[in-house]
Amino acid sequence: MWEYTDKVKEHFLNPHNVGEIENPDGIAEVGSLACGDALKLTFKLDENKRIKDAKFKTFGCASAIASSSALTEIIKGMTVDEALKVSNQDIAQYLGGLPDEKMHCSVMGKQALEKAVENYRGAPALEEGAKIICECFGVTDKEIERAIRENNLSTVEDVTNYTKAGGGCGGCHDAIAQIIDRVKAEPKTDSKPKLTNIQKIRLIEETIEREIRPSLKQDGGDIEIIDIIGNRVIVATRGACATCKASDITLKNFVEYRLKELVSPDIIVEEAAK
Amino acid sequence: MKTIYLDNNATTQVAEDVLDVMMPYFRDLYGNPSSMHTFGGQVGQKIRQAREQVASLLGALPEEIVFTSCGTESDNSAIRSALITRSDKKHIVISRVEHPAIRTLCSHLGMQGYKITELSVDKNGILDLENLEKSMTPDTAIVSLMWGNNETGVIFPVEEAAGMAHEKGILFHTDAVQAIGKIPINMKNNVIDMLSISGHKLHAPKGIGVLYIRRGTKFSPFLIGGHQEKERRGGTENTPSIIGLGKACELAARNMEKENTYVKRLRDKLEHELLKRIPQSRVNGDIGNRLPNTTNISFEYVEGEAILLLMNELGICASSGSACTSGSLQPSHVLRAMGVPFTMAHGSIRFSLSVNNTEEEIDFVIEKMPAIIERLRGMSPFWNAKEQACSKQ
Repeated sequence: MWEYTDKVKEHFLNPHNVGEIENPDGIAEVGSLACGDALKLTFKLDENKRIKDAKFKTFGCASAIASSSALTEIIKGMTVDEALKVSNQDIAQYLGGLPDEKMHCSVMGKQALEKAVENYRGAPALEEGAKIICECFGVTDKEIERAIRENNLSTVEDVTNYTKAGGGCGGCHDAIAQIIDRVKAEPKTDSKPKLTNIQKIRLIEETIEREIRPSLKQDGGDIEIIDIIGNRVIVATRGACATCKASDITLKNFVEYRLKELVSPDIIVEEAAK
Repeated sequence: MKTIYLDNNATTQVAEDVLDVMMPYFRDLYGNPSSMHTFGGQVGQKIRQAREQVASLLGALPEEIVFTSCGTESDNSAIRSALITRSDKKHIVISRVEHPAIRTLCSHLGMQGYKITELSVDKNGILDLENLEKSMTPDTAIVSLMWGNNETGVIFPVEEAAGMAHEKGILFHTDAVQAIGKIPINMKNNVIDMLSISGHKLHAPKGIGVLYIRRGTKFSPFLIGGHQEKERRGGTENTPSIIGLGKACELAARNMEKENTYVKRLRDKLEHELLKRIPQSRVNGDIGNRLPNTTNISFEYVEGEAILLLMNELGICASSGSACTSGSLQPSHVLRAMGVPFTMAHGSIRFSLSVNNTEEEIDFVIEKMPAIIERLRGMSPFWNAKEQACSKQ
């Protein structure tokens, strides 16, 4: 039997905010029957753009129901931006902790929240550049990366406990292990010291070499750094990228995104004039 | 709060008569049956008697009974012995719905170079003997098929299967842990070479099991040590438990009829009423060919662990084949092998009764279950969608 905290039991036996809001401002469904848990989240904002009401419907075990209940309680009264800062750890902590094997329930809450906010903002539901790693449970590389970063995970088993990835056929265990290695190799963003200009330029070069060019090359493309002026990184596209109509999307959503993440949030990527 | 225990395939209560015969062997008669003095020797006599009691339930010879520590040890001993005594053969045939004691062992053996064939079952959990026929090769050392399934209660035609294996000179083992005491078993009427029993499924304590080894079957021990059990299982005998198991087997023979009348009637009532009162529910497993105490019911669109925990609030104990109860992320291998849809498998509950259950308990469960399922369906995002879809039609 799982050792659930009293708080989990309380939120499972008497869940708060069960139901569905009519004409919600944000709505999301995550999970599926096949996975064994699924969550439908709806929320409504007040005139000050704060979350006035949030409701859920959940198919799942006690911790999935309790996590959903906790999530709706936590985000009430928050702005959308504040709500987005709620992590799966916050949900688990609110419940006094969850068994390791059940952490994916709190991650599901986090995913539903993100998708509901995306829905509210009219953004695409699919994460840009995300690739399904675990076919059994439909978990993407981005989701796995984020779970590893936010929860400091170090084994495939941890990743499975937190995201369900790798819990089915096991065919993606190697891919998950590679993602763990990759994330672990990242410089720690939290304790990032202020970079000198030279350090920043080096870090940009390294990041492009290590993180960006290998991915582009897989698709027959490539980029080259032309210049770095302050936070502006000017690059030229090569190979398939040079003729690709979507190359500016790649530069923004992949190259710039990674550099913002790994070097500095102020980085802007621009394409050199052809 | 009163406990209503409907999880007897997980474990059973030690019968009072069983505990009574055991007690002196903890406290006063603690001698070692191998000792030369009467103090120990008298315990040896009681073990002989227990061996006869077990043999009698099985229609076996006392010398064919080897006491082990549990069903898992019996299963491991049987398979490993077959691989040692037939060391030139590298193939094992089992089914996809075997207990982990067999399946996990075989997947380990698979990593050590043995070839494992897992026979499939149909949607009712029934084995196709033609597939067994086709699966056996000159390289097959042993076929191991369970007698009664722990999750669904479905009974395999193991006596017939054993005959087929023997025709090809292949050893046959059955895990009869769930079947023993619930359906009549007579080893004189079949050619099964080895059979596993677990005490705690039979109102004896945990930590005691039996491996039946047919006379003349070559055997290589798993636990190697002293001369106990005619050198077929080393280790000082678990004397109180062996004596308790003997008594439990005597009681099981006496209760066999009650299992197939009283218990079966309660099981059928529970099943019938739940299906009637709860929409979108169904039984998993062949209803015409089951152990009399077991029913596995799926409640669609709700999750098993949540059901169990709400039942737990009322003191009702059962188990589930849902993914969440196992700690793995997939629902029960038995239900998956039967092709039970995920929507059904996650919401499966196994009720397993015993002679200790009463009509009042069953009535209480029948009364309480519909509200539990309704409450969870009220929270489920799939249930409403389903209802709406139906009303639109």
